Amino acid sequence: MTISTIWVFAQAQDGAPTTGTLELLTKARSFGGTVSAFFLGDAAPVAAALGAAGAAKVYSTGDLAGQLPGPAGAAAIKALIDGGDAPDLFLFPQNYEGRDTVARLSVQLDRTVLTNNTDIAIDGDAVTVTTPIFGGNTLVTTQFAGSAPYLATFRPKSFAAEEGAAAAGELVTAAIPEHGATGAARITAVHVEESSGPKLDEARVVVSGGRGLGDAGAYSMIETLAKLLKAAPGASRAIVDAGWVPYSYQVGQTGKVVKPEVYIAAGISGATQHMVGMKGSKHIIAINKDKEAPIFSIADLGIVGDVHKVLPKLIEALQAR
Amino acid sequence: MNVIVCVKQIPDPALPGALDSSSNTLKRDGKLILDESDSYGVEMALQLVTAAGGGEVSLVSMAPNGEVSGLRTALAMGAAKAVLVSDPALKGSDALTTAKVLAAAVQRLGGADLIIGATESSDGYTGTVPEQIAEILGLPSVTFAKKVTIDGSTMHIERQTEQGYDEVTSPLPALISVTAGVVEPRYPSFKGIMAAKSKPLETVTVADLGITPVGWDGAGQTIVNVSQAEARKAGEVIEDDGETFTKVVSYLETLKLI
Repeated sequence: MTISTIWVFAQAQDGAPTTGTLELLTKARSFGGTVSAFFLGDAAPVAAALGAAGAAKVYSTGDLAGQLPGPAGAAAIKALIDGGDAPDLFLFPQNYEGRDTVARLSVQLDRTVLTNNTDIAIDGDAVTVTTPIFGGNTLVTTQFAGSAPYLATFRPKSFAAEEGAAAAGELVTAAIPEHGATGAARITAVHVEESSGPKLDEARVVVSGGRGLGDAGAYSMIETLAKLLKAAPGASRAIVDAGWVPYSYQVGQTGKVVKPEVYIAAGISGATQHMVGMKGSKHIIAINKDKEAPIFSIADLGIVGDVHKVLPKLIEALQAR
Repeated sequence: MNVIVCVKQIPDPALPGALDSSSNTLKRDGKLILDESDSYGVEMALQLVTAAGGGEVSLVSMAPNGEVSGLRTALAMGAAKAVLVSDPALKGSDALTTAKVLAAAVQRLGGADLIIGATESSDGYTGTVPEQIAEILGLPSVTFAKKVTIDGSTMHIERQTEQGYDEVTSPLPALISVTAGVVEPRYPSFKGIMAAKSKPLETVTVADLGITPVGWDGAGQTIVNVSQAEARKAGEVIEDDGETFTKVVSYLETLKLI
């Protein structure tokens, strides 16, 4: 069996495909087969853009009307596959919608799903994916066994999004069949937490704070410094769990993956869970009291010192410029 | 109201992780502790049962060995009983097999009004198991729950999203996965620790659950290579003498960011 049909779980924001979607489409195109996009929701506004990125077909479920993505997405995909329109390989983003959908789908198809990948290779019939473990120090390459479709999820920024050969982007309806009790939950209200300044995963500079700040009030230093550097403020999981800042600030395995020009880690020791999300940064500056902190092993410039002493002086110096 | 919490016993995350060189799977043969991610689910279950005015919290877990210390911790927090699926045949199980095993353990306990899992474990973090269990059991599910209240047979959830949060309602029975930090897990009291020693903890095998194949035989994957990533090298590390901020300023200048 050769891998000739690849589907990508596509998503959109503000009327355009997300960067993550374009990354996966770029990678899918590179294998030379037929690439299509599956879109949870009404894909009509983004079908042309997905076609331009290489999608021959754009499967559209139509408006979800408050249904949660996992059960609805899996039911629609299963119906397509049962109808004879099936991928050999299906690439999902490692995020909320992708993860919930692929988990449900894996049970319905009785196929394994390989998660948290950063790379994929196809060699004849062999499809292998690569997952970093132990904070990215070790790479595990795993080959799918059994029969297709193969299901895999990929971390954001695993591939570069590049322009390439356009395809038809033909809009195809993928109806969501009735799926009983599994589809009984409903979204009744959506809340968006507004944040100002550049987006965390797109900013050229990211300034993150951690437990070393001592208390929630000290996070204002991070915000001030971020503003001065036109940077996005970020956070370690520890202070998100402690409720100092919203989850949308979290950098790490369970938060955002960032690859800015410069990443400034203030009062962050460098737990595996955090390092996974930022070690791809071009330059890293770390300020931490403990000279044994793991963050110093990957920092280009490390300051062993108290953030309460270093940051105010740094802020003052930048304000004076 | 009865709640079942899926918990995982993992190697102490404070210790460096290692792979078993013969199988390339995570070494899980030493002492195992309750995954901190699961302590939030146990706490939430206890609070929901208290709020409902009755019922009990049960635990299901799976391990290739007979380790129970992590389960005793959760029992000491206040859970009433536990089922551990322990079988050497489980070594090498993928997430889907894990979900099948845990779903069977849930059924062995007679099901529940609510099943709780963590959003992902701290060691393997595939993050798909709760949603897979829900699909196997035919239940609705709400992942990334950060606030949960129950009103009769209806559950109201605040579900974390990339942009903020959604308000979700779901009928019971259902499954949720809870994020870390949603509640403050209690420390087991001395009385709780003593009581946990005599609480029912049933250890069953895969054959008892009637599931085949498991472990390597059931996994839809083969590990073909393990390699070291190119390590990022440490740069200059300096002790702060009150003037190191100038180093940061000049570093940013070099990169033309200021």
